Amino acid sequence: MAEALLLHAHKIDHTTRATFAPQHLIEVLTYLKKTLHFDQLLDVTAIDEKPMKMVYILRSHDFIDSYILTTSLDETHTIDSATSLFESAHWLERETYDQYGVHFVGHPNLTRILNHEGFVGHPLRKDYPIAQGQMCHETLDLLPQLQARLESKGILTRQSDGTYSSGSRDIMYLNLGPSHPASHGTIRTFVALEGETIVGAVNEIGYLHRGFEKSCENHTYNQIIPYTDRLNYCSSLANNVAFAKTIEEMLGVTLPDRGIFIRVMLIELSRIIDHLVCLGANLVDLGALTNYWYLFNPRETAYDFLTKLTGARLTNSYMRVGGMAHDLFVGWEEEMKRVLADVEQGMGDTLKLIEHNRIFHDRTQNVGILTPQRVRDFAISGPNARASGVPYDMRKTAPYYYYESFDFDTVLGSVGDVYDRMMVRFEEIRQSIRIIRQIMARIPSGAVSIDDHRIVLPPKPSVYDSIEGTINHFKLIIDGVRVSAQSHYSAIEAVNGELGFFVVSNGSGTPAKVKVKAPSFTAMSAYASMIEGGQIADAIATLGSINIIAGEMDR
Amino acid sequence: MELERPIIEESIDNVIVTRLDSAVNWARESSLWPMVFGTACCAIEFMATTASKYDLSRFGAEVIRFSPRQADLLIVAGTISYKQAPILRQIYAQMPSPKWVISMGACACSGGFYDNYATVQGIDTLIPVDFYVAGCPPRPEALLDAIVALQHSITHPNASKGLAMTCCDDGVCKPCTIGAVHG
Ligand code: SF4
Repeated sequence: MAEALLLHAHKIDHTTRATFAPQHLIEVLTYLKKTLHFDQLLDVTAIDEKPMKMVYILRSHDFIDSYILTTSLDETHTIDSATSLFESAHWLERETYDQYGVHFVGHPNLTRILNHEGFVGHPLRKDYPIAQGQMCHETLDLLPQLQARLESKGILTRQSDGTYSSGSRDIMYLNLGPSHPASHGTIRTFVALEGETIVGAVNEIGYLHRGFEKSCENHTYNQIIPYTDRLNYCSSLANNVAFAKTIEEMLGVTLPDRGIFIRVMLIELSRIIDHLVCLGANLVDLGALTNYWYLFNPRETAYDFLTKLTGARLTNSYMRVGGMAHDLFVGWEEEMKRVLADVEQGMGDTLKLIEHNRIFHDRTQNVGILTPQRVRDFAISGPNARASGVPYDMRKTAPYYYYESFDFDTVLGSVGDVYDRMMVRFEEIRQSIRIIRQIMARIPSGAVSIDDHRIVLPPKPSVYDSIEGTINHFKLIIDGVRVSAQSHYSAIEAVNGELGFFVVSNGSGTPAKVKVKAPSFTAMSAYASMIEGGQIADAIATLGSINIIAGEMDR
Repeated sequence: MELERPIIEESIDNVIVTRLDSAVNWARESSLWPMVFGTACCAIEFMATTASKYDLSRFGAEVIRFSPRQADLLIVAGTISYKQAPILRQIYAQMPSPKWVISMGACACSGGFYDNYATVQGIDTLIPVDFYVAGCPPRPEALLDAIVALQHSITHPNASKGLAMTCCDDGVCKPCTIGAVHG
């Protein structure tokens, strides 16, 4: 019965697309979740067309298949909320409300999430002027939200005059962040304490919302690459690749093998240096400062490598649609060997200090536990999911870029606590080093970019010496790469998990819409429930261990 | 036995005569306590500046505070969104005087390439800024340069401010020769 509600369903590779009538949302999602086992809601977003469209992206229980649902809304822009079926829908729907003004009926807390409370209008509507900022004068009072949460947990009772009472329990409220060393300057947590124990918590994000998706709609595809650098800025190159790969799939082009190998190598190098910052910072949060020096120093060697290759330490912008800026530099093998040796050294030194350290164990074991079920409910991916024993690694479940041909292990934890999340990252660094060593042994020679000058820039001699080359160059820079009208979702296993781009093109050189499926966003939405029952110090350790990168979360 | 008494004429060599302001500024110069308002990518380069290779402590400004009440230098490293604006203002107001501000990176200086609805187009629309550091992100050397220039401006009240890289040869402060805008 519910199957008949799915219209125009068609499957290409592992992705099925279908449409449905908006009033059937709950039946359709229930059918997909319960019968077809698509138990993770990865993303919810809207497309501002006439009429307004809604998009839902789901992932199957075995992580192999995706389902992309679209529906058109009437002019009231209203649809049922999926929060009764998927935990991840809470924040995803709030974002869609905030950015597009879609109303979700039955959502328990449909408020803004990225923009501030006083913001008027919905910035991702096409008629909202891109540069129209709105000053914020006051930070949001999170007390009502927290009180509602405490009431739902039976800790507070609402009096007849509308105020709350905690009975004989002594509840204290404490605000953490966003200007707090452990909250990366951008994450705000408001907790209710009973003694030392956190009995309730709520979060506020959006402090680093810098309009990525709106800016994308105003730039050509290649101009977007530098913006992607700054999503997860600890591993810029991985974001570059995720975006370029999405656009290349839309164009129907495949990179030469050497280009693919370089990309894989740089993704894995990004994974290493990102994990190094995450672990170093997490250990500082635990009070173990020395490890920070040990783990940060190898990053400097990697920065030297990247500076030679790309000209920048952090924000590399090395990828292009259709390939990359240029080939590797002469002598890169030696430098890469030095990077890997330094990483191994730093990691070894750190592990010597913490591996058998009682204080470290006490602070991290059985703290901030994330169960496998909640991983799926919140659509969490990456090392955070794997630490809970969930074997979700796109390099294995949906291999791309020859990952199936590399010899490496998926690292799994057993408890899903802070300890597992940290140890999974340490081990993933080792696995990434293995992959890079295999690449160094196997990397083929040849071109690094495709040879189609409607997509990649012509070689400089032809630009300087021929009028065709000059015009070709000029047109590509000014108009951008033209992508035929379509919508496409593609993702890679980035450092924090599945980093996906849902792109809508309209045939021009500028996308009509770009939505990032950011792993940090869903991980953060689970945070409040992870710290309840623990202490403040545990909350700090937990936050560090899920590696929230605000640039990616808030976009 | 009679104690030897110091002879007053000799000890005059060990006395420094100065103005109180100069003495206090001399002390301030090399013991800046920075509070980093790090929000984004630039904060990662700030971390690099404090780590072993660049080692901020060589310049006497490594006592990083996370309470504005204990800091006299605010380093704003990262994009400031409108949602963040009231917080930045509050943090600045909580710092005791005298206090200085370094704006690190294109975003903090001007909004950077986030010329859009979410981003404050330069923190100097919210709080006063003493030094601007260009870059996206600036390299650690650039931040160190700004800190050194700031220290210099503390003991040389007439030194130019604005962009880092003030020029001061032979103890004479000159306007910056690289065409900098002076704040
Ligand atoms: S200036 Fe550049 S590196 Fe610094 S916060 Fe802004 S985007 Fe990031």
